[in-house]
Amino acid sequence: MSPDDCKYTQEHEWVKVENAERGQALVGITDYAQDQLGDVVYLDLPQAGSSVHQQDKMGEVESVKAVSDLFSPVSGQVLEVNTDLLDHPERVNEDPFGQGWLIRVTMSSASELDGLMSAAEYESYISGL
Amino acid sequence: MPETNRRTPLYDAHVAAGARMVPFGGWDMPVQYSGILAEVNAVRTGTGIFDVSHMGRVYLSGPQAGELLDWVLTGSATTLRVGRARYCMICNEAGGVIDDTIFYRLDEQRYLLVPNAGNRDEVVAWLRKWVDQRFAGGCDIEDRTLETGLLAVQGPEAAQLVDRLCTLADGTSPSGLRVFTLGSGAWTGGGLREKAVFLGRTGYTGEDGFEMVVDAADAASAWDLLVSHGATPCGLGARDVLRLEAGLPLHGHEIDRDTSPIEAGLERFVRQDGEFLGSEALRKQRQDGVERKLVGLQLSGRSSPRAEYSILYQGEPVGRVTSGSYSPTLDSSIAMGYVLVRYADPGQKLDVDIRGRPTPVEVVPLPFYTRPRRSQ
Repeated sequence: MSPDDCKYTQEHEWVKVENAERGQALVGITDYAQDQLGDVVYLDLPQAGSSVHQQDKMGEVESVKAVSDLFSPVSGQVLEVNTDLLDHPERVNEDPFGQGWLIRVTMSSASELDGLMSAAEYESYISGL
Repeated sequence: MPETNRRTPLYDAHVAAGARMVPFGGWDMPVQYSGILAEVNAVRTGTGIFDVSHMGRVYLSGPQAGELLDWVLTGSATTLRVGRARYCMICNEAGGVIDDTIFYRLDEQRYLLVPNAGNRDEVVAWLRKWVDQRFAGGCDIEDRTLETGLLAVQGPEAAQLVDRLCTLADGTSPSGLRVFTLGSGAWTGGGLREKAVFLGRTGYTGEDGFEMVVDAADAASAWDLLVSHGATPCGLGARDVLRLEAGLPLHGHEIDRDTSPIEAGLERFVRQDGEFLGSEALRKQRQDGVERKLVGLQLSGRSSPRAEYSILYQGEPVGRVTSGSYSPTLDSSIAMGYVLVRYADPGQKLDVDIRGRPTPVEVVPLPFYTRPRRSQ
């Protein structure tokens, strides 16, 4: 199930605002995405300090059978990268909304969130795929 | 896709078990159950079971069945002893690989051929063509793929597991069969008691194990029985990783009509004497050498080269990847691919262009993985 405190993209990324005042948010991929990918073995993520742009490619996720582009759900600056995933990419499968988060960003425009799907909208979206 | 895919006798069992189904070679097949990495591990450390009913079961019988196979295969059929199996290629006149196959000599005048799913119709048509042209009346071809099921039970504990459930016609245990031998027998357990099973000590995973032919009507019960005794259901995803780790070629990747067994490093499965389809072209390749060779490639990281990626030497393309994956058994990424022969020696440093990133790789001997020898 997709948590209600996240917003979602059609490319199956989620973004969760942690601190609205500072515009801080966590970004990851959804449970649906990890399930479709299968066992994740490698992630190519942006560097801390780099900029990401909404809907632009920000990295790649590789599973045994597939490689998939990661798109940033929001624009902003990368504050932190989940480096635990280098040694434990399986966390993306095990806990995609928790320990499997990908990056922490400072959003440049919180209004971008308005264009993303709510949990209910995302659930309805994936049920039609 | 306009055509509907075929379903094996185990289709319902796969769906009920939550397998993810994908089209493969004209069939709907399970790509994974619990997860590819867990399934690979089950086969390397315990027992895995695969539904490989999509592969062909083609029986050839008659006074000229052996001669037909001697003409069509790169390995000799008439010199193979009854009760044994052999791996080889089916080549065209140019030495290109139409398919690779394991074949079993069931009797003096009867053989079983197991072509790949996507090549079955073509292989059967090819066999019929040569029967008509050279061995008319001397060989019957019976494609029993749809009337039977094929299960592969693979792993270091596979033999013990099969011993508990099957017995050979002479009363001995299946584990007494040597590698690349076969036996007819019967089930001893469950609702299948006394039903027939054909066992070959063969596989495509680099582990010990059996491939088992059963009647289509018995396939689901056989699967359930093996799973209830501890075999882990595995899909084609794990099978592909396992065969890659074991350095085994997959038709359509390492071998096809445009590659030869010599280029693919499969010379040992091509006999040097006699006339057979492709023999002239292959002898010439053996004498004159080939321009490119299939090699193993190993990377330090976990990012994988995938089929068709370019292999580079100092930025210049010198080959292409045919298969690649993260290998859980080696905990590194591995690949096979063709490179120009001067770059094919083990130790050679090359790069693979992984989506625009030149990534260092080293040529290593195949296979990547060999199973540990066990005392029996």
